[in-house]
Amino acid sequence: MSNTLFDKVWDSHVVSKINNGPDVLFIDRHMVHEVTSPVAFLGLKNRNIKVLFPEKTFATADHNTPTINQHLPVKDPLSANQLKALEKNANLHDISYWGLGHEKNGIVHVVGPEYGITQPGATIVCGDSHTSTHGAFGAIAFGIGTSEVEMVLSTQCIMQPKPKKMRITVDGKLSKGVTSKDVALFIISKLSTSGATGYFVEYAGEVFTEMSIEGRMTVCNLSIEMGARGGMIAPDKKTFDYIKNREFTPKGKEWDKAMVYWSNLNTDENAVFDKELIFDGNSIQPMITYGTNPGMGISISKEIPKAENQDAGINTYKKSLDYMNYSEGESMIGKKIDFVFLGSCTNGRIEDFREFAKIVKGRKKASNVTAWLVPGSHKVEKAIKNEGILKILKQAGFKLREPGCSACLAMNDDKVPAGKYAVSTSNRNFEGRQGPGSRTLLASPLVVAAAAITGEITDPRNYIK
Amino acid sequence: MGYEKFNKLKSTSVPLPIENIDTDQIIPARFLKATERIGFGDNLFRDWRYNPDNSPKKEFVLNNDTYNGKILVGGKNFGSGSSREHAAWAIYDYGFRCVISSFFADIFRGNCLNIGVLPVQVSPEFLDKIFNSVFENPKTELIVNLKNQKVSIPSLGVSESFNINKYKKENMLNGYDDIDYLMNIKDSIIEFAKNTPL
Repeated sequence: MSNTLFDKVWDSHVVSKINNGPDVLFIDRHMVHEVTSPVAFLGLKNRNIKVLFPEKTFATADHNTPTINQHLPVKDPLSANQLKALEKNANLHDISYWGLGHEKNGIVHVVGPEYGITQPGATIVCGDSHTSTHGAFGAIAFGIGTSEVEMVLSTQCIMQPKPKKMRITVDGKLSKGVTSKDVALFIISKLSTSGATGYFVEYAGEVFTEMSIEGRMTVCNLSIEMGARGGMIAPDKKTFDYIKNREFTPKGKEWDKAMVYWSNLNTDENAVFDKELIFDGNSIQPMITYGTNPGMGISISKEIPKAENQDAGINTYKKSLDYMNYSEGESMIGKKIDFVFLGSCTNGRIEDFREFAKIVKGRKKASNVTAWLVPGSHKVEKAIKNEGILKILKQAGFKLREPGCSACLAMNDDKVPAGKYAVSTSNRNFEGRQGPGSRTLLASPLVVAAAAITGEITDPRNYIK
Repeated sequence: MGYEKFNKLKSTSVPLPIENIDTDQIIPARFLKATERIGFGDNLFRDWRYNPDNSPKKEFVLNNDTYNGKILVGGKNFGSGSSREHAAWAIYDYGFRCVISSFFADIFRGNCLNIGVLPVQVSPEFLDKIFNSVFENPKTELIVNLKNQKVSIPSLGVSESFNINKYKKENMLNGYDDIDYLMNIKDSIIEFAKNTPL
């Protein structure tokens, strides 16, 4: 029988099936952060049970953490309390905990792959919708709610019906200035934020095989923004090279054994998907969003679409443009911006800082722009310093902050003020996402860099040789 | 955590005819800092409901006494975005037991089912009928019957069936939760774990 990559991984993790109900799915790796876990741990306490497989759960602090002066006590008492609760719970249940100040600390979806916790063919969950990031390695990875976090802690399983399968193929070559982020924003703009709801996506085609592992993570990360439970890419030589010799990947004979499983992780030739979509990679341009959901994106040189051409209701569309204080038919190029944010689980990896540096090198940050450059982890931070990127950033007038989720969701002090515009490499441009009343434009690190030096929306291709 | 059993609900409703209502609107991230599940209803739709100075926004439906009830009716693609179960908690804590929409985001739907809020997906036409009758007469009652999987507007004499898998339906009818189920098969899970490749 022909199977998809998704079938192979899912089916091999089904403990049991319930007739006209969900599958009981075994979870190989569970990642935990401070925001969505305390109530789950409280549930365990109330039921008087321990974590079943503590070695399969990994905890890090990221959502609430400050991105300056991390050596000082956390000022916000609620954030401090939540961070303390995670530390206490991790210690109580013998779970690895990489808290604030720990050398391995960083955004959960950045550190998982960095230390080899993320592996091909694994089932990976976390109480965070961007868990889909780990699909870049050929894992089934998706976000869960707190009730499910409690299920995984107590039984290492969740109960979910098997999703439908979609394959998105993008062939061709990406042109100059077009990044993995643009590919993802392009696909979401075609599908809308609900176009893949009910599906698990496999990305295939030349564009993804050519893409770096970091780029694949960016694409899989954004799968949730078109409604998909997750997205995955078949592992290849690049994947195996990336994970080899990382702390938590198997070594020696164990590696060889794992390779037997991993090398079979691809979609069989005649396997059938519930839905297939094909796009031309050659036609994708640098993208930017203009509205209040990630589906509202266009090529940077295009005008804001007319309301009558939208799938969403006209009132919803107009409400969105009102919030942004934009009008139909306006050009995005030249629009003034106030903040830039480089970071998040979407674009907070070393490759993203390299891209950003490429454009700002030898130039100066615009004086009217506040820039927050936040590495995804201490490992990324170290690489930025070691590769000489920090020097480039400093010469251009930028400062580097300390790792965390930061302005992506503004749970810490990194909040964009009401009415201000932020061009951001993060994943959501929802109303108030980066601070109450803030206005977010999602884009690639290149677009963010170009905006940082001009103070307005600028085509990054003007700055690339 | 157990929840109130759900059988049949007869109630007026609160209409929110906006599409793509995301979980950041349902409960903004800055209100996710609690370590216990208490008080989330106070911040339900916080930034749509209150001005920055905490005074209520009069035009928002939750601040309008005309509309109330245990059913929230939202536009297409309700609950998109973040996996925060706090969104479902906030809806429950505020006093809603059911959300009706023509389309739900996956994670939000699952979270609702896990905590005892019934997500009812109806056709776009039926959703329009609900919105129209509620705007015409805010006292319009809806009946959501989980047992026979039907939602009806008695004043119009119309109804529509909705889907829910049998397992989740039994859970909601009886107030069961998944952890009890999983704890009962713990031995087979431990056995299964011995043969996993990773």
